[in-house]
Amino acid sequence: MAALSTMGVMALIILQVLSEGIPVFSPRFFLDSPRSMGREGGIFSTIIGTIALTVVAIVVATPLGVGTAIFLGEYTREGRISRVIRFGIGCLAGVPSIIFGLFGFVFFVIYLNMGWSILSGGLALAAMILPTIICTAEEALKAIPYSFREVSYSLGGTKWETVTRAILPNAIPGIFTGIILGVCRSIEETAVVILTAGSSLIIPTSLFAPVRTMSVHFYILAREGISMEMAYGTGAALILLVLFVNIVANWRLNRYIRKRA
Amino acid sequence: MTVEFKEKFIEKILLLIAFSSISILALIAFFIFGEGLPLIWKIGPKTFLLGGRWVPGQGEFGILPMIIGSFWVTFGALLLGLPLGLACAIFLCEWTPPWAGMILRSAIQVLAGIPSVIYGFWGLVVLVPLVRNYLGGPGLSILSGSLILSIMILPTIISISEDSLKALPPSYKAGALALGATHWETIWRVLVPAARSGIVASIILGMGRALGETMAMIMILGNAVKMPSSFLDSARTLTTNIGIEMGYATGDHRQALFATGVILFLIIMFLNTLAIVLSRRRVG
Repeated sequence: MAALSTMGVMALIILQVLSEGIPVFSPRFFLDSPRSMGREGGIFSTIIGTIALTVVAIVVATPLGVGTAIFLGEYTREGRISRVIRFGIGCLAGVPSIIFGLFGFVFFVIYLNMGWSILSGGLALAAMILPTIICTAEEALKAIPYSFREVSYSLGGTKWETVTRAILPNAIPGIFTGIILGVCRSIEETAVVILTAGSSLIIPTSLFAPVRTMSVHFYILAREGISMEMAYGTGAALILLVLFVNIVANWRLNRYIRKRA
Repeated sequence: MTVEFKEKFIEKILLLIAFSSISILALIAFFIFGEGLPLIWKIGPKTFLLGGRWVPGQGEFGILPMIIGSFWVTFGALLLGLPLGLACAIFLCEWTPPWAGMILRSAIQVLAGIPSVIYGFWGLVVLVPLVRNYLGGPGLSILSGSLILSIMILPTIISISEDSLKALPPSYKAGALALGATHWETIWRVLVPAARSGIVASIILGMGRALGETMAMIMILGNAVKMPSSFLDSARTLTTNIGIEMGYATGDHRQALFATGVILFLIIMFLNTLAIVLSRRRVG
């Protein structure tokens, strides 16, 4: 019963937004930029904004996250240092997005003087998705059997060679899952982006240009009642995008696993 | 020599990366407190926390209505979300055939992936009119907000409770069944109590999620700054206070919003620490 109602609610939400939103779709909806505050035109510039912010966030967070996971999993024993780091990551994971938004606003936008820009927004998002990437990468490293390490050492491999040649290649599916989760969180995030990347509708030309993402666009359209039709369209596009990323990721992952097995 | 040096060097770099990862937390605390604390001292922590009036134009900053609002919404969300989430977790562990478990798990993953603005929007166009028509009041209310939040925290509660139920040694279940307990008695009297630290951790993390939600709540709660007196009243939470006014606030007003962030940050840190300590205490 409980399980059914969970699925029922989900189906209800998705179907409602999709059924109202998909009729709005047309090539022009995706390829035109919003005009007159989003009342007309399409959502092209917000798609670009979403992609730009997500790419910056992933490019920054992945090396940091995977590096931290390798350090925790391979280079330290359980001790005070690892406990402090793990505690810090746990806390960071629970920080609400609006706090990341406030932080991004004072630190990146004002203190480092980057203004409302792709860079500020991407960095704030990177901070937000970092715990997700660390945790999934660490789980992936843990899942590698200890014998892999023993064999590599016995063949004369150094620690770094063991990590890069024996462990990482096998942990890639797990790390990839973490990155995908990070992508999804970046796509759907609104509070952080609105405070750090602004909400400009102009197509960005540099990392220092402000942008509006699809989530922010959807929020502004719906909250200020600019156009319900456009809001439904953007919402449906947003849901489909998140579903698409999830499905593609799962499919690629399965293929990768099958290939290596 | 050179190989050894390279290995040492790499180890140091990784240590540096690990520390820069958590130094983000310190940076966040430093900057939020740096912006917010001066104002709290200026008007006095007591007036700030217990003041009932929030009139930025006249320099009155009391966040008690927001604290109460956050508390009500979170409490309501847990009241609805906890039984449902726990039931789902138990069902997933104990009764589901593998194929149904697969479907349910991916459904939960999708539920976790729906953007919060979409939940807010759905609440606004579907739930709010329902509440307004059948229960009265403005519809933009604590009840609507709690309902939406209870759905949003389900994935957190389900996945962590399920993990802690799964982590129990199989002998617990076998032992209880061997003593003649029914399946349900085994679950309710043995498995759930044994997994309670994990379940409590999931509740606390769900609470953190509910407290931290901003955009959906801005859309549904109605955002009135007053003490809520019933579940049908409109309300404002700590997060929505920041989310709504940050766009145009300057000077003292902006600092007051950061001060609101300080309070939110402290509450969340407290809950996080509690959850981490609890989930470490595994039944051995």
